[in-house]
Amino acid sequence: MLKTFPKGGIHPPENKLTADKPIEVLPLPAQVTVPVAQHIGAPATPVVEKGASVKTGQLIAQAKGFVSANIHSPVSGKVNKIEPVIDTTGYKQMACVIDVEGDEWVETVDRSTGLVKEITMTREQIIERCQQCGLVGLGGATFPTHIKLTVPAGKKCDLLIINGVECEPFLTSDHRLMLEKGAEVLTGASIIMKALGVDRAVVGIEANKPDAIAHLTELAKDFKAITIQPLKVKYPQGGEKQLIKSCTGREVPSGGLPLDVGVVVQNVGTAFAVYEAVQKNKPLIERVVTVTGRSVSKPGNFLVRIGTPVTRLIEATGGMPDDTGKVVNGGPMMGKALSMTDVPVTKGTSGIILFPEEGSRRAEVLPCIRCGKCSTACAMGLEPWLISALSEKGMFEKAEQEKITDCMECGACAYTCPAKRPLLDYIRLGKTTVIRMARERITK
Amino acid sequence: MNKLLNVSPSPHQQSPETTRKLMYGVVIALLPALAASIYFFGMGAIIVTLTSVLSCVAVEYLIQKFIFKTKPSISDGSAVVTGLLLAFNVPSNLPVLIIVIGAVIAIGVAKMTFGGLGSNPFNPALVGRVFLLISFPVRMTSWPVPSGFHTSYTDAVTGATPLGMLSEGVKNGEAVSAIMDKIPSHMEMFYGRMGGSMGEVAAAALILGGIFLLGRKIITWHIPVSILVTVTIFTGIMWLIDPTKYADPVFHLLTGGIMLGAIFMATDYVTSPMTHKGMIIYGVGIGIITVLIRNWGAYPEGVSFAILIMNAFVPLLNMYIKPRRFGKEVKNG
Repeated sequence: MLKTFPKGGIHPPENKLTADKPIEVLPLPAQVTVPVAQHIGAPATPVVEKGASVKTGQLIAQAKGFVSANIHSPVSGKVNKIEPVIDTTGYKQMACVIDVEGDEWVETVDRSTGLVKEITMTREQIIERCQQCGLVGLGGATFPTHIKLTVPAGKKCDLLIINGVECEPFLTSDHRLMLEKGAEVLTGASIIMKALGVDRAVVGIEANKPDAIAHLTELAKDFKAITIQPLKVKYPQGGEKQLIKSCTGREVPSGGLPLDVGVVVQNVGTAFAVYEAVQKNKPLIERVVTVTGRSVSKPGNFLVRIGTPVTRLIEATGGMPDDTGKVVNGGPMMGKALSMTDVPVTKGTSGIILFPEEGSRRAEVLPCIRCGKCSTACAMGLEPWLISALSEKGMFEKAEQEKITDCMECGACAYTCPAKRPLLDYIRLGKTTVIRMARERITK
Repeated sequence: MNKLLNVSPSPHQQSPETTRKLMYGVVIALLPALAASIYFFGMGAIIVTLTSVLSCVAVEYLIQKFIFKTKPSISDGSAVVTGLLLAFNVPSNLPVLIIVIGAVIAIGVAKMTFGGLGSNPFNPALVGRVFLLISFPVRMTSWPVPSGFHTSYTDAVTGATPLGMLSEGVKNGEAVSAIMDKIPSHMEMFYGRMGGSMGEVAAAALILGGIFLLGRKIITWHIPVSILVTVTIFTGIMWLIDPTKYADPVFHLLTGGIMLGAIFMATDYVTSPMTHKGMIIYGVGIGIITVLIRNWGAYPEGVSFAILIMNAFVPLLNMYIKPRRFGKEVKNG
């Protein structure tokens, strides 16, 4: 019997077109654009000047404060300019533009490919290394890893969950990573366990990746403390709270964090990055990105240097199909639509999906027929029809009582609505308003 | 690459399910029962159904076009469903003019006055039916006798419904077993060979439609099952207490509008609760009120009233019966 979370969830078409496409190394572009804010928290401060020569892996922007992350040069070459550019969010922000010259790495990085399984560092050294290497959560939230690995005083952590769910349709970068770098991912998990001081880890993988489950189960025989947990396919199982519920039955309290139930969740991509940072001293300068879409001629999974223009990725798949109407950064359920493709890949880019013009526009909105499908779909036990109507009408106090801030914006409600109501748009509006109201209450 | 791209907040894909597909799904689910009605009541069933559907759609169209002055949305199929259900809830010998009045009440008063699709508190087809029942009590309770397909309409031979005969008989002090000898067998009632509203008689065809609705995930089991189980238990208890005064549960399940009500009327999205827990309470309420009216009320049948009464409680059920919030009351060791 496969485990899963009990309430809500949907099953959109999986469309994992690139599940059997091995990770390809994308050739270096002529120029990279590296934003200084690719993470949750304060933007990093550039530490190189215009015209400076940089090596691959060299620090180019220093984290500002604790909740921030270092940025390293993903290429070797000359800093062409440091100025605001439009990034994947659609807003302008500071970035280092570097002209690529060769690929000369800083000497401290161990570029050998052999697996290093033995963990020699102490807990503190591991966390410090993750901080130095600019590691952030690669599942999409881009929260600085060193903070997540630091268990605050008074909190107890007894379990690490590695998120190999990849419940978003289309995306396969984590899937490929588990298949091709399984031992590294599991070693990375062991390193994270040491940093957290836990003696048990579970890797949650949905049953639509039987090859990854089989492969990691085989490899896990050498990692006594790690078990592989196959899960029933259900969106949004990759949400932290749902994944913890699925794997352990524990329920993170409303408004709480996974640590409140003694769990830390890390994505498989992050586990791999931790492995590379700790065992090879390699900063986070590249990641695996799925580039896909139903009309794309050669969809694939690519190992891409941060800062590479999305345009280059699309070219690598045979160019943008003529019928393209929308380009999404991330998965189809939670990703962000790009207004242009000349934006750089950042640490949080898990996929680029090209949608045909047909279907890329919102459908006509009809009246709510009160079918309750949104309530059934909500994995947080909310009533999307109600909280979206409350925010539409400006009744934010009531929306707060109805737990609007518990919404994780997975989009299952809007997906399932037969009247095609923009439920999540209004819920987002309500959420931001309620959070602002709560902040104002505190400062008063 | 200067192509203009569409930008919108997530999610970027939506399920293929639409309001229209759901409504036409209900229409498909009603077809077996419609076929049974045409078989048993002949031409009358066809005339009543066409009149009802056409006048419901026309009333909605006219109100949207000339009173609301909005783009008519009759293509969403909801007026067709209301029209079919109204037809199913009246005798097959009902004159055209009365059906049109029913359609005006159902769509015009019960649905459009509240703002149209999604806003009405009471099931439109049932409001139409009950209005007609009160306004034209004789016309609405003269039931054509079922036979193989025939061409008679308002001139059809009429008789009583099993529930009417039961109610009448019990009032006259007859034993239930004696009444049962005069009415069709359970098996005949299951296939629909009995007097009644044109769409309610064939339990077998209605159940077939219900299975389609469940399989197509248009409805969930909560409302129909809770109604039918409640009726079974309640009538079962009464029958065990005194079988000479009360009919058996199977009789109650197969007669009157209980199957049509449980599967098609009470499950109307707009007028039923949003949560599964609320749906069960709603269903149990309908079951209890139906049996109360059947056994002790002035009318032999009470499904329509029961559903309308519980419709009134739906806003309350929605307000107080909430889904269990994730992480609300947490029990972690």
